[in-house]
Amino acid sequence: MRASVVVFPGSNCDRDAAVALEAITGHAPRMVWHADSEIGETDLIVLPGGFSYGDYLRSGAMAAHSPVVRAVVGKARSGVPLLGICNGFQVLCESHLLPGALVRNHHLHFRNRDQRLRVGTTATRWTSDFQPDEEIVVPLKSGEGAYVADEATLDALEADGRVVARYVGNPNGSLRDIAGISNEAGTVVGLMPHPEHAVESLTGPSTDGLAFFTSIVRALVPA
Amino acid sequence: MKARVTVTLKNGVLDPQGKAIANAIGALGIGGVRDVRQGKFIEVELAETDPASARVALERMCKELLANPVIENYRYELEP
Repeated sequence: MRASVVVFPGSNCDRDAAVALEAITGHAPRMVWHADSEIGETDLIVLPGGFSYGDYLRSGAMAAHSPVVRAVVGKARSGVPLLGICNGFQVLCESHLLPGALVRNHHLHFRNRDQRLRVGTTATRWTSDFQPDEEIVVPLKSGEGAYVADEATLDALEADGRVVARYVGNPNGSLRDIAGISNEAGTVVGLMPHPEHAVESLTGPSTDGLAFFTSIVRALVPA
Repeated sequence: MKARVTVTLKNGVLDPQGKAIANAIGALGIGGVRDVRQGKFIEVELAETDPASARVALERMCKELLANPVIENYRYELEP
């Protein structure tokens, strides 16, 4: 199983994502630098959390135009599963792989808490190991984490079963309490909280994040 | 040519920073401020001297990078 984790200047959760992926897949992922214009053969891609390009202009805005993201978009369009965590979710919206945008938390505070979520759709490659409506606790650490989109987009996301998780106790003003969404095919998922920080009890509030990674492994390994 | 680009939040997008600024203006003892919306100002110096070509470049720059059309509007002024 070949996983890739993209690293932008300012990414800071890339190694944690790699640790989680290695623990679950048994293989160390390839770390791909933002300036690389090719990704090579890969079974899945993670865009990690952090502050790519210092969040200059807008979080994820400049990363969306980096050579590597052009390659990521190509891979995603050909069906390679893609998980964008926090800043990675911002990059997915800025590069239009997912609709909507992430804006400043409505109370203006950086919100750092072990956040309760309710799982939405389990029909994506990244959430199939969850039970519908399962409640989980995953760390949230963001200043620009409020998901916004126009009413038509929000209605479509809900009608099409593309809301991957909702906040229980909205921490940032996200519309419809949306914490994560997927594309139509269920291959590309953006999630504001950090599942890679809830994979071992020594370092996280729970191991509830594991199922995001076991889901994709199960999706990729023939039964 | 020099372009002065202004990027503002679309109506209907919550602007908590604008609200915080409005509160701070109140703390200065200045009343009568009904609303504050905060935006971005970006100056771009272009080597291009033809306004039509400059506008083409600016439109693309604004739509694809300087503004996020999901949440922001943009306008610009061009001068030689």
